[in-house]
Amino acid sequence: MKQFAASPVYKFFLFPIGQIIMFALGSSVGLSLITVLLAYVFKFNVTNFDLVERSLLILPQVVINGLTIGFVYSTIALGYTMVYGVLEFINFAHSEIFMVGGIVGVQLIAYFEHLGILATLNQYLVIALAIILAIIISGSLAVTVERVAYKPLRGAPKLVPLISAIGMSFFLQDAVRLILSLTTGEFNVILPQFGTFDEFLLVALPGMADPLRIQIKSVIIVGIAVLMLVVLNFLVNGTKVGKAIRAVAQDRPSASLMGINVSQIISITFLVGGALGGAAGVLFALKATKLDPFVGFFPGLKAFTSAVLGGIGNLTGALLGGLVLGLLESFAASYLSIFTNGAFGAEYKDIFAFAILIVVLIFRPSGLLGETVGQKA
Amino acid sequence: MSLLQTTNVVKRFGGLIAVNKMTFSLDEGRIVSIIGPNGAGKTTFFNSLTGIYKPEEGQIQFKNHSLIGLRPDQVAATGIARTFQNIRLFGSMTVIENIMVGMHIRLKQNPIDILFRTRHFNAEELEAEQRASEWMEYVGLKNVGNELARNLPYGGQRRIEIARALAANPTLLLLDEPTAGMNPNESEDAIKLFRRIRDDKGITILMIEHDMRVVMGISEYISVMDYGEKIAEGTPQEIRSNQRVIEAYLGRGAAVAHEQKH
Repeated sequence: MKQFAASPVYKFFLFPIGQIIMFALGSSVGLSLITVLLAYVFKFNVTNFDLVERSLLILPQVVINGLTIGFVYSTIALGYTMVYGVLEFINFAHSEIFMVGGIVGVQLIAYFEHLGILATLNQYLVIALAIILAIIISGSLAVTVERVAYKPLRGAPKLVPLISAIGMSFFLQDAVRLILSLTTGEFNVILPQFGTFDEFLLVALPGMADPLRIQIKSVIIVGIAVLMLVVLNFLVNGTKVGKAIRAVAQDRPSASLMGINVSQIISITFLVGGALGGAAGVLFALKATKLDPFVGFFPGLKAFTSAVLGGIGNLTGALLGGLVLGLLESFAASYLSIFTNGAFGAEYKDIFAFAILIVVLIFRPSGLLGETVGQKA
Repeated sequence: MSLLQTTNVVKRFGGLIAVNKMTFSLDEGRIVSIIGPNGAGKTTFFNSLTGIYKPEEGQIQFKNHSLIGLRPDQVAATGIARTFQNIRLFGSMTVIENIMVGMHIRLKQNPIDILFRTRHFNAEELEAEQRASEWMEYVGLKNVGNELARNLPYGGQRRIEIARALAANPTLLLLDEPTAGMNPNESEDAIKLFRRIRDDKGITILMIEHDMRVVMGISEYISVMDYGEKIAEGTPQEIRSNQRVIEAYLGRGAAVAHEQKH
């Protein structure tokens, strides 16, 4: 057993996937139970239909939606949390790295459409190419941003690079708007219709009258996100670079005395975080279908919330935080109007995301899986 | 030719001269100690050697190459490894991982290897892990490879620090108060370990130490610092009876009393 636990297949494949499944299942089941419980409570107030039955009817769909957006949040949150880990500052420009990834991916697909080959290409190949391009562009953009806006400020008080990051965020938004306006004449980017992504897979569940309807793009989003998380886990835990990243995160001076080039490792961290953000941008575009240069703000803020929720600086925490937040949002969007009989609608879902942020900051500032803050000092 | 040669190294912090015209030379294969009262500038001298501080003046030659202006990681790559006064392990990494971080500069992995997990990559990771556990056993630790470093007792953490430094395959090992906080038995073991490191591996050892039993027991040569300057050097015998050293440690009055007693 001990031998098995040490084998690479377990450490870098079975364990992370198991962890992801556990987190996804755990948070889905937890939130579902709370919802059903609430349904029983509210049932006595709302009498014109069976609240419990109605809640259960849409539950699987809600969970799937929540997981889809949750995985996107997790992937973005990892970028925040990795950078926080090594530099201890919040890279607020990360939401723009994410946005650039999404726009670049969509533009590539639009370009294929313009060439007239979109319909002939394999749809999965198109997505793969879009993601690879987004990874390259976002990754190098993140490294550039670090070199230009953060590296010169490395010795400065912590607030200074934070302000620089906010400035960089606004700069990138408007730079992208400028480029889009100059080249295409408008800054809304719309994902062309192609392939079978909007169709549904029908999964018959035992004990349910209707089969479960899962959109193909949900499956793709979750699949690619899981793949990236597994690769990241391997990179961080199984390679020399990963050990160097963790060493720099824990103690920069002694890491450098071990012969680790700290500047290089920081660049690599931004590269990896940016690449994840870029890929997440394409996945988000697949779901949202319409992007603009300001689209990064809300997902970015929520991913940041996820990172804090899970414990900032903690990679596993970012994964868990993203899933919980995505599910919570999806549950809030679907059940608010049912439970309040239409008084509140889906548009109030963000209240939950940010209420969670406040509650976590008050009661558990180190996050769900975070360690005590003192350890970092 | 000496392995390490510093000439008139000066390090100032504002108006304070922490290291003043430190000229020091170290021959290959020796065990040498730097002693001195608290605040004498010993650790600052170490930090100047390893590139953490940039000395304002002076030359540092290691293997006939200047170390001035090199970053700490570049200094480490020339073959200098060190341990710290206050243990600075990567607490939330395992013991084996800590030692593998020490090997960082000796491992060659390129992105292609990592991406495709080539045979070369797997072989190197496996070998690195094996060598790390060999180093762990070399410093006298067994079956703790998968423990988090911070969960080990104090003496164990000291040993891992040494193993991590050794894993970098250094020519020169700098030990900053390696036996601080150890009981006499543990210090005894530590002395044996340092001798073994020098004898088996031919690694030159330069250490800062306060425990005089350790210093006198192991050093072949001793330099004494006070107020940033080197005030004496010589064999343990010579240092023991050196007037300035006694003054520096005990104050002038005590030194006079000491003289009268003899």
